Amino acid sequence: MERKIVAWGLGLGIGAAIALAPIAASAAWEPTRPVEFIIPAGTGGGADQMARTIQGIVTKHKLMTQSMVVVNKSGGAGGEGFLDVKNSKGNPHKIIITLSNLFTTPMATGIPFNWKDLTPVAMLALDEFILWVNAEKPYKTTKEYIEAAKAANGTFKMGGTGSKQEDQIITEAIQKSTGAKFIYIPQRGGGAVAVQLVGNHVDSTVNNPIEAVAHWRAGKVRPLCIFDEQPVHYDEKMVDGMAWKDVPTCKSQGLDVEYLMLRGIFMPGGVDKEAVAFYVELFKKVRATPEWTDLMKNGAFNTTFMAGDDYAKWVAREEKRHEELMKAAGFMAAK
Amino acid sequence: MEELTNLFHGFAVVLQPFNIMVMFIGIILGVLIGVLPGLGGANGVAILLPLTFTMSPTSAIIMLSCIYWGALFGGAITSVLFNIPGEPWSVATTFDGHPMAQKGQAGEALTAAFTSSFIGALFAVIMITLVAPLVANFALKFGPAEQFSVYFLAFCSFVGMSKEPPTKTVASMMIGFALAAVGLDQVTGQLRLTFGFESMLNGFDFLIAVIGLFGIGEILLTIEEGLSFKGGKAGINPRVVFQTWARLPRYWATSLRSCLIGCWMGISPAGATPASFMSYGIAKRASKNGDKFGSGEIEGVIAPETAAHAAGTAALLPMLALGVPGSPTAAVLLGGLLIWGLQPGPLLFVEQKEFVWGLIASMYLGNIAGLIVVLTCVPVFAAILRIPFSIIAPLILVICAIGAYTVHNSVFDVVLMLVFGVLGYVLKKCNYPLAPLVLAIVLGDKAEETFRQSLLASQGSLTIFWANGLVGTIMALGLIALFWGAIQVGWTRLRLAASPASSGRA
Repeated sequence: MERKIVAWGLGLGIGAAIALAPIAASAAWEPTRPVEFIIPAGTGGGADQMARTIQGIVTKHKLMTQSMVVVNKSGGAGGEGFLDVKNSKGNPHKIIITLSNLFTTPMATGIPFNWKDLTPVAMLALDEFILWVNAEKPYKTTKEYIEAAKAANGTFKMGGTGSKQEDQIITEAIQKSTGAKFIYIPQRGGGAVAVQLVGNHVDSTVNNPIEAVAHWRAGKVRPLCIFDEQPVHYDEKMVDGMAWKDVPTCKSQGLDVEYLMLRGIFMPGGVDKEAVAFYVELFKKVRATPEWTDLMKNGAFNTTFMAGDDYAKWVAREEKRHEELMKAAGFMAAK
Repeated sequence: MEELTNLFHGFAVVLQPFNIMVMFIGIILGVLIGVLPGLGGANGVAILLPLTFTMSPTSAIIMLSCIYWGALFGGAITSVLFNIPGEPWSVATTFDGHPMAQKGQAGEALTAAFTSSFIGALFAVIMITLVAPLVANFALKFGPAEQFSVYFLAFCSFVGMSKEPPTKTVASMMIGFALAAVGLDQVTGQLRLTFGFESMLNGFDFLIAVIGLFGIGEILLTIEEGLSFKGGKAGINPRVVFQTWARLPRYWATSLRSCLIGCWMGISPAGATPASFMSYGIAKRASKNGDKFGSGEIEGVIAPETAAHAAGTAALLPMLALGVPGSPTAAVLLGGLLIWGLQPGPLLFVEQKEFVWGLIASMYLGNIAGLIVVLTCVPVFAAILRIPFSIIAPLILVICAIGAYTVHNSVFDVVLMLVFGVLGYVLKKCNYPLAPLVLAIVLGDKAEETFRQSLLASQGSLTIFWANGLVGTIMALGLIALFWGAIQVGWTRLRLAASPASSGRA
């Protein structure tokens, strides 16, 4: 008899727990397992640095009860990571940080993937691109450099990350806009590209600010212009009294090329709105920390934030733009 | 002198009780990580990185770098005992380490491996302490052509090294190159040889191939031989460490040569794996006992281990001074630096003195701590071989499967590992050497990439490979290494031909 009562009690307890659980969940969804944070790029690059900084911020400020595990899935120009998220439909414990390979990889390789297979969460920032040359070289302005490149008759070397990705797209655009010809030399990561420039193995690069900032501060490389419509606002002096804001726009230097790269977060398709809302809130909290501010300042990021429909519309527009750029450069995969 | 003052200040920082505790915890975790194939130093450091966020940057980097040292030490254990390299750079250690274990000399092999590791690392740290700025500048001289020449040298010093006919070595190497070509071609951005399978996007990971070829292949061979595991006779002898130490000074030349190769490869930055292979190949040529290499020669353990650790340690220098990691583990450490707001680069040495010298001091002390930890465990590790094979084989299989799975969290890799196991068994039965295949998988795509980058830069002209003294010298060394056998034969014939002729004239 006594045992029966205990059993009943247990049954009631479990029943109550089951009944209560959905109520708690709908109030505010929270991860119940560790969250896998995928980087569709190798270690040490811009996306990797940002994702690992986010992991650090989330852990340090205890922004999540569950842990965040960072995983690099860089195979096939990031295709490995994107396909993994695409195939995890409905899994709210997986997020991915993107770079421009969100668009370029499926276009250039024909991997069966499109950003519409994913759920857009939020844009964290936009990454700038800068035209860098070795500081030992005589050219101080974009104009001087382009003239030198033209005079060299197509023997100037441009180093960049990967093939048929953002760095090569920008190189193509520079060639089209100025008529100067470059030999594009692909490397595995942005850090290696910057070192090749310091070692004088290439003549210029279009590194992201964060990839080259250490060498700039050491006086090894020189920024010529930034591929944005206006200079960035960071006014902290970096070297020789120069700050990020003193780097002129390429357009003002007669090089009419603009390019910004998405640093944003996506989730697998078919996830609940509550889960998306949780991550949007999480990243708002991340953006409010001093560590994030430091990262933005160090890497001269454009700190635009977007979520929801605005973000999805922005991504759709960017996809169209990349399609045009890739087509114009002849980078699309043969169908 | 200023460097020395800074270094002593660094020692003072590291020797705080909390930091010493952190150091030992790091070493022990690192050894465990190194023992598990597939988990690897890079993964281990990545998983444990968040643990360190609550510490000061100096304590945190001490812990992480000690995990790194621990993993470097630990990689040798499974190589020697089970012929399964836990890390890419311990592949060359299996060549003589495992035969030694089979002869019942596991304790000697492990002691030699650990001690050599320590010497290699120590040599590299001293170099970092004394000539850090110079070394960073040397690393900058390496463009694509120079990098290719280093890989070329690694391949050349390896061909003809094995006892099998050169044709079999080359055939095995070609299989490796073909496997390395699968996946994304970095230069054109196109997928190659994936046949539309999504799981092939990433190519063949080295670790999967090695776990299969060596681990599973070895188990298959042992099963065929009737489950007799030859290492069983190894007695537990706590004095084995000192007995081995007494033998080591004899091989000082090999050690010194391996240290230099290791430092150079670590900085260039080709990394620890080619360093270990190259050092093994050259030691085989230079040693009096070269013919016995591969059958359990202690020198064949000393050479790769010394070079791998010298390289692994020296690889941290380009990371700190240039922000370019020389190894995957260094790359994750780099991520750690960024989280603590430290920007690696030329200015790190100027702006973050306490951190940099704390790290360098921890390299000295961490290696000493590591050596103490692993050496005291040598008898225990060696005793593992006394467990009957029928019990240990399933365990090895499970560990191999977990290792293969953790590389990309994919079941496909476990299947792939089994396929490689069968391939390894077949190749061994037909007397094809496995090492060239592994070397080609590890370095094949990098060698191809740098070769094509060089040709892009030179607009198709091969002259770029002797365009300056540095690249020219390395290429020449490579060619000499490649044809060393032929040169030796030719030289002996010349001498033979010359001596009767001269006596005839007399």
